[in-house]
Amino acid sequence: MQQKAISCTRAVEMIPDGASLMIGGFMGVGSPHRIIDELVRQGRKNLTVIANDTGKPGWGIGKLIDAKLVRKLIASHIGLNPETGRQMIAGETEVLLVPQGTLAERIRAGGFGLGGVLTPTGFGTVVAEGKQTIEVEGKKFLVEPPLRADFALLAAHRSDYRGNLDYSLTARNFNVVMAMAADTVIAEPEHIVPVGVIPPDAVATPFPVVDYLIERGLGAYGR
Amino acid sequence: MEDKVVIAKRVALELKDGNLVNLGIGLPTMVPQYLPPEMEVYFQSENGIVGMAQIPGQGMEDPSLTDAGGGYVGAIPGAASIDSALSFGLIRGGHLDITVLGGLEVDEQGQLANWIVPGKMVPGMGGAMDLVTGAKRVIVSMTHTAKGKPKILKKCTLPLTSVRRVSLIVTEMAVIEPTEQGLVLKEVAPGVTVEQVVAATAAKLIIPNNVPVMPISGEAKFTQAAAN
Repeated sequence: MQQKAISCTRAVEMIPDGASLMIGGFMGVGSPHRIIDELVRQGRKNLTVIANDTGKPGWGIGKLIDAKLVRKLIASHIGLNPETGRQMIAGETEVLLVPQGTLAERIRAGGFGLGGVLTPTGFGTVVAEGKQTIEVEGKKFLVEPPLRADFALLAAHRSDYRGNLDYSLTARNFNVVMAMAADTVIAEPEHIVPVGVIPPDAVATPFPVVDYLIERGLGAYGR
Repeated sequence: MEDKVVIAKRVALELKDGNLVNLGIGLPTMVPQYLPPEMEVYFQSENGIVGMAQIPGQGMEDPSLTDAGGGYVGAIPGAASIDSALSFGLIRGGHLDITVLGGLEVDEQGQLANWIVPGKMVPGMGGAMDLVTGAKRVIVSMTHTAKGKPKILKKCTLPLTSVRRVSLIVTEMAVIEPTEQGLVLKEVAPGVTVEQVVAATAAKLIIPNNVPVMPISGEAKFTQAAAN
């Protein structure tokens, strides 16, 4: 069996400056906090980050924003992190705002081999500017292209040593779709457990898509 | 009774037994406390839970169970945790009965703007565009005016959240229903006159011969029109 569990240092060393990263989590819940800390420690620069939000200053993806490591951000909501808004208005960070459901579906399309999605969300608003529209069975849709990244950085509840992942409550969020949509997938479970401990019915992300595992340790990033 | 309480109490009357409801951040989260205790309404939070509830008690916070604002919540027995794609499938796919959201502006077409003030406030749309586009009913709960200026306008000046016409507008002064013909004044708050509503609204209102008072309990302490 391939050895997927590696050190956090080594995992982050694989990520070059300028990489595009999908980062799971919703306001830091379900975000890979240990990997984020290591990205800051190693000072990865000019990152493109695709995520639902940027947490808060000093919390979650907000730590990457604080350290000014993000060149471009694709997210649905930055309202709870005023520093992201400041960098956006000052022109320091390029921010592309995408409706949350559209973001999830664009990522899903990227990982599921689809050429994009048709969504009614955003039709006739500024979100539609420059986009193709299409009418299907009398209803109007925007054509939204798929999204992929070089790396997906995920958080999970548990992983087994094969890389099967399960999730906890609202910490599931974007992790499930992001696991499918990146060239290299690094998951940060709270625990790595023996193969067979996670029952097949409980696996939300199947092992073949997960490349590397980093154990977070229980309670290390409680709030 | 504060303005926000009037709004929350009136919105609560729109929720029906068995409804699946999504509440926006802020004022809408006050609605559940005014529901009759025997009524079963299910709350979805778009970050991935169906059956959200209050935290069962102090010290019971679970770092993996929060609402869309990142605040700790609880869950009812029989709740379901879901990923973001499924969560928005519920919203966009017409499985959500009601969404209650705040508003910055609503206009005569019943179109809502609530996600950005360009150059000033750039929170992002989050789930708002999907919610307004996909929910069966869209209820806007907001104060009637902001710093004395009407928020119900002839035409929205801010970028729209959706081109869809919202279902109902509930403010501390009135209940207004956007229709194909225009904005219909359905109810006034206790102690508020039709004339006061008209004066605080910058859009044309269709006023039926009989405009009833909101069927809510408690003494309204109406402040905003008095200040105008």
